[in-house]
Amino acid sequence: MADLATRTLPLSGFHGGSASASVSPAAPASRLSLRAKPDAVASLSAALGIELPTRPKASASSGGRHALWLGPDEWLIIDETEADLLSSAASSGVMHSATDVSHRNTALLVKGPGAEATLNSGCPQDLSLAIFPVGGCSRTVFGKAEIVLLRTAEDAFRVECWRSFAPYVSGLLAEGAEDSGH
Amino acid sequence: MLLIYCPYCEEERSELEFRGAGDAHIVRPSNIADITDEEFEEFFFLRDNPKGLIFERWRHINGCGRFFNAARDTVSDKFKLTYKAGEPKPDLDAAAPAAALVETYEATESNAK
Repeated sequence: MADLATRTLPLSGFHGGSASASVSPAAPASRLSLRAKPDAVASLSAALGIELPTRPKASASSGGRHALWLGPDEWLIIDETEADLLSSAASSGVMHSATDVSHRNTALLVKGPGAEATLNSGCPQDLSLAIFPVGGCSRTVFGKAEIVLLRTAEDAFRVECWRSFAPYVSGLLAEGAEDSGH
Repeated sequence: MLLIYCPYCEEERSELEFRGAGDAHIVRPSNIADITDEEFEEFFFLRDNPKGLIFERWRHINGCGRFFNAARDTVSDKFKLTYKAGEPKPDLDAAAPAAALVETYEATESNAK
């Protein structure tokens, strides 16, 4: 019988959170760091099957695929079904730069009435619904680590961080979740 | 905590997301191979250290990643305005109101005016 390598996620076995906010590792996903000029946006959107947002803090989601605006010419594409994003982008036929960062990033899901307070324990952004609505996304800081934040529901966030920062981010989120109930 | 307006994200963000990146509007000489060591020193190393208004480059490194320019007061640390990289240096004197009152004891508390 062949010995198959098993993939261990950076946060496998992690559990944390409190009664007011749960913190759990997200399932593996494929991710693309995408850079392109404005004239390539339409073709890339068609190739990826998702409209690349062009407004600050905006995201688009459909069928487990998310496109997050990070900068005027930069997006993070996440596909929860682990689809081959790199080939999709390459099929667009227009000038762009795409880097597969599926294994660079890992994600945590923060959910519950205390989710906002949990994130604000280390993130300086205003996360009230009026300023950071559902679907809002931003690259920002959490404590000393860089994260990408996506609001998936009124009381739920997806926190993308680099895998080497995952123990730090998950630990700080767990602390924040403990405090968010008080 | 300072709030800095990012002209690309179009909103105010915490200073924690930003990094300073030195003086703005430093033009690299087009004849860089021909200039003397003194001229190179002037361009590369020497900077003014003004008290008051300064034009600086800033980078929204933990946000959109973009460089932009800012007019800042070195005394109060207040950002007067920020604008996108590549835009011309704004004329602050034209639009700015007269210098704010300096809050000395004589100006605010004392009767000895």
